[in-house]
Amino acid sequence: MRLRDNYQKAVKQFQPKPPYVVNSLKAFVSGGLLCVLGEALKKWYINGFGVSQEVAEHWMMLTVISLAILLTGIGMYDTFSQFAGAGATALLSGFANSLVSAAMEHRSEGWVSGVANHMFKIGGAAIVYGIVVAYVLGVVYYIM
Amino acid sequence: MEYWIAFLVGGFVCGIAQLMIDRTNFSQIHVIAGLVSAGAILGALGWYDRLVDIAGAGALLPMSGFGFLLVKGIWSYGAEHGWMGIGTGIFQFVGLELSFAIVLSFFTALICKPRG
Repeated sequence: MRLRDNYQKAVKQFQPKPPYVVNSLKAFVSGGLLCVLGEALKKWYINGFGVSQEVAEHWMMLTVISLAILLTGIGMYDTFSQFAGAGATALLSGFANSLVSAAMEHRSEGWVSGVANHMFKIGGAAIVYGIVVAYVLGVVYYIM
Repeated sequence: MEYWIAFLVGGFVCGIAQLMIDRTNFSQIHVIAGLVSAGAILGALGWYDRLVDIAGAGALLPMSGFGFLLVKGIWSYGAEHGWMGIGTGIFQFVGLELSFAIVLSFFTALICKPRG
């Protein structure tokens, strides 16, 4: 334990300090701009196609997901997420990106044990924790 | 004005997530799981609903919106169907996005090769 603490301390001064403020600002701006794009899409679907608010929200999310998947397919989302950091990964587009990039990475191992097995390597955490927390809250809500 | 609120709310979530990845030991996966859980809890308290009304896509597009949609499905479906609404309604809204993302990811992996 002692050695581990000392090691952590000794190694700390050699680790480069990440530029916290710049990184968060990049994430802030790019994540915010993606949300503005989503809002503009939603407005366009409501005004241009005359659908209801709820349907327009679903269309907007589907558009963002398919855009992220197609950009990942041609290899452009990686460059974007290297710049934006959490601004690209903490959104729904980052979730879609994690699914398709994991699936593409393991496609050489076969269609079942490669693609299907590894697809939820990163995105599975969001699904598991979301469902578990929501289910527990639903049970509490039902009992009360 | 709505665009500005969407920009600020969505950007705020992403900025906090980036700060947590940089400052703490949490990886990107931890932060996403935490965001989804936080969205589900805030949705159960009824606060996230108001945020979506104000910020629109700025509240729906971050992963916390995913957790909110899970809870919203339980609430709206469970009101009519009792305890069975918990399991059935959980995918009521989010199932559309989830199944679409899985199918499109599969066919994209069928066509595209990884680069780099």
